[in-house]
Amino acid sequence: MARRRDATSYGAPVRRTRLQARKLPGCMFDALSDRFDGIFKRLRTRGRLSDADVEEVLREIRVALLEADVNIRVARTFVTRVRERVVGAELSKALNPAQQVIKAVHEELVETLGGETLRITYASKPPTVVLMAGLQGSGKTTTSAKLAKWFRSQGRNPMLVGADLQRPAAVEQLRTLGRQVDVPVFSEPSDPVTVARRSLEEARRTGRDVLIVDTAGRLAIDTEMMAQVREISGAVDPHYTFLVVDAMTGQDAVNVAEAFHETLELDGVILTKLDGDARGGAALSVKQVVDRPIAFASTGEKLADFDLFHPDRLASRILGMGDVLTLIEKAEEAYDKDEAEEAASRLLEGRFTLEDFLEQMQQLKKMGPLQNLLGLMPGMPKEIRNAEIDDRQVARVEAMIRSMTPAERQDPDLIDASRRLRIANGSGASPGDISALVKQFSEMQKLMKRIPGMGGKKGKGRKADKRKGKTGGRTTEKGAIKVPSVDIAELAAKSPKGLRLPGL
Amino acid sequence: MEILLIVLAAALVVVALVGGGVALTRRRRPLSVPPRQIDGARPSVPPPDRVTGVGTIDAPDDRVELEDPDVVVVEEIVVEEADLDELVIDDAALEELVKPTFRDRLGRARGLLAGYVRSIRSRGIDEETWEELEEALIRADVGVEETQGILDDLRREATTQAISDPDVLMGVLRDQMKARLSGVDRSLRLDEGRTNVWLFVGVNGVGKTTTIGKLGRLQAEQGHTVLMAAGDTFRAAAAEQLETWAERSGADFVRGAEGADPSAVVFDGVQRAAARGYDLVLADTAGRLHTKSNLMDELSKVRRVADRDPGHVTEVLLVLDAVTGQNGLQQAKVFTESVELTGVVLTKLDGSAKGGIVLAIENRFGIPVKLVGLGETIGDLVAFDPDEFIDALFE
Repeated sequence: MARRRDATSYGAPVRRTRLQARKLPGCMFDALSDRFDGIFKRLRTRGRLSDADVEEVLREIRVALLEADVNIRVARTFVTRVRERVVGAELSKALNPAQQVIKAVHEELVETLGGETLRITYASKPPTVVLMAGLQGSGKTTTSAKLAKWFRSQGRNPMLVGADLQRPAAVEQLRTLGRQVDVPVFSEPSDPVTVARRSLEEARRTGRDVLIVDTAGRLAIDTEMMAQVREISGAVDPHYTFLVVDAMTGQDAVNVAEAFHETLELDGVILTKLDGDARGGAALSVKQVVDRPIAFASTGEKLADFDLFHPDRLASRILGMGDVLTLIEKAEEAYDKDEAEEAASRLLEGRFTLEDFLEQMQQLKKMGPLQNLLGLMPGMPKEIRNAEIDDRQVARVEAMIRSMTPAERQDPDLIDASRRLRIANGSGASPGDISALVKQFSEMQKLMKRIPGMGGKKGKGRKADKRKGKTGGRTTEKGAIKVPSVDIAELAAKSPKGLRLPGL
Repeated sequence: MEILLIVLAAALVVVALVGGGVALTRRRRPLSVPPRQIDGARPSVPPPDRVTGVGTIDAPDDRVELEDPDVVVVEEIVVEEADLDELVIDDAALEELVKPTFRDRLGRARGLLAGYVRSIRSRGIDEETWEELEEALIRADVGVEETQGILDDLRREATTQAISDPDVLMGVLRDQMKARLSGVDRSLRLDEGRTNVWLFVGVNGVGKTTTIGKLGRLQAEQGHTVLMAAGDTFRAAAAEQLETWAERSGADFVRGAEGADPSAVVFDGVQRAAARGYDLVLADTAGRLHTKSNLMDELSKVRRVADRDPGHVTEVLLVLDAVTGQNGLQQAKVFTESVELTGVVLTKLDGSAKGGIVLAIENRFGIPVKLVGLGETIGDLVAFDPDEFIDALFE
């Protein structure tokens, strides 16, 4: 058996200390990207990749994958493929080794996660039938309703079918959800197969063009129940059969996916509970085993928190590259373009005041929890990304600023002891908090002015840059992703001592 | 577009550094009150987004007392007959109250470690042995770190005892793993003559309501008077689900309106239980991801309220799906931070999942597994037996 060259034996106890020292991840996949961060940072300082380097990198990648609940066998094949890419002939001299490894891992991740987004096509003779299957508690009923809502947003007329007659009140739950998304629910107290068959007639009769069949949760090894779901499938002959998988699933995801695929021939997977901090390695495992795309992802408790799954985004996020696309989408929803330009120009001229800061906080809050935003931002050093930013803490800062007069917000230097006391009383903080805030802010201001390449191309307020010659100008390449040319990691490294990074 | 990103980046960094920095400064100040009290002083805000289903909530300011945590608003408590016509109740399953042993049930999923064990036995101990053991443990969701700890210990033992027989090695491994789970009190605490409250918490879909249903029946059979409080006011029809279980087990039942404050429901349950002299209140809560801090605050409030006289919280049980991977650790950590867990209920262990994560949870946080769910019927909820749990992995 020529296998497991990549397998580690746990002789060396070194790794454990690092594990213990690691901060707990803020959102999913963080730890995985942090680990990669660590490896690649080390690599960046070296020239070429030696064989030993490659092996070390691969070993770390493997452990990271395992901690993210990627099935051990999937992790092994994944690592093998990455090795082939890295060690293979195509070592380009143009790229440095770290970039090559990142590229290889990224490509491999995107491929494993699904390559591209699934496109739903509709049956020429409606209804298009969708069958939902999965373990107990994976979220089938809620997901069915979310899916119904999604189909409605696509201009379809879905109908929900409650074929889960097992769990007490499951149909009741579906009916309630159906009312919330304004989609009719069909069910009757007979047996699941009959319900499914009758629902098809009902859909035809009432002119519904999408039929979503919710089934009872079942264990993959329960042969009786698996036979039943197969019968249901036979009765409705679904166009799409989705396996609903909890993002928190561990190693067993592989067995579950295999069993359901064998019984039902899956068309896709729906990943649920992605809003937690599970690293979601199950997604990789399942994709690998059944070779069907992850079609949708459910990212919250609200019925609207549901969308097509984007493997490329997830892969980027795994690698700590940030999920730029999602971030931009969110920003576009929350930001007014002119306002943004205004703020940018003020920032560039060093006219960024506490007033602006307050406004920025308002905008950011519209985009969701700060912690999540930080996770999406590319190039964030992990100290910042992992900082536990409680939105309530931020709200306190907000209260402090709101207790200042406009003049004080423009020029914090005005704040003397008496003003400080007034602000403190007004915001329920202590005078020390106010000093800390002012100090942090002025440090920040200084830092902002020194950000290299902060000039946007269109920045109208931009002053003529006299020192352009050596370092200035654009630092981003044409065509590359236009992430801000702010190397925040560098920035943080250069930051004055007075500036405390949270979490350090 | 770029400008947007730049502003965003800058704003984020500023907010992170200033906000975080200030927060940090504050945190460093010595605490003059014990942590529990600080907990209690935090405002508990019933999250409006869960009620309305739309809109987000603004993070409440720490200092603003949005609601006196000690004031319990008892909302209209509806005790109603649910329309249960469409529910098919498996009566046959109910009658069949055979107590399955661990091994019978786990048997279906057996063979995971067993396969490796066979292979190791046939070959003798070599480097491959360790790799296979590692793979076996990781596939049981024991986790990289815990596996490493277990195998480090085993290696040490193998070296000092100069073990060369694979059978001996496997025996030592089994004993060591059992030792890791031994010496813990796994009984459920029920103080006679008081209104005991057992609170069930966990992420969505792990089987909280079902566990309460089964446990209620078991407790009733042991002669305890039980009341079930439907603290899950969020998920559609969660109360109906619990009510069905209450009827099956002859327990009293209290529910609130959908979207009601769960603390109020539990409070009402405790009041009624105390008035009627019941022994035990089983309090259900809505499944929640531990990353949602507002929901975790809501949960601490439920615990606080339930513990107020005449209520007496004796168990806070984290219900954990056996299929859960490494995220289980995180769940245990965060939940115990907000409600001080007293134990774990490992559900759905009759599937192919091994639930190895409980090894890490016990080891790291000292939270014992108390109950195990081995199937759909009421009798399938049994006390956790660590020896059988480990043996079942090996045989």
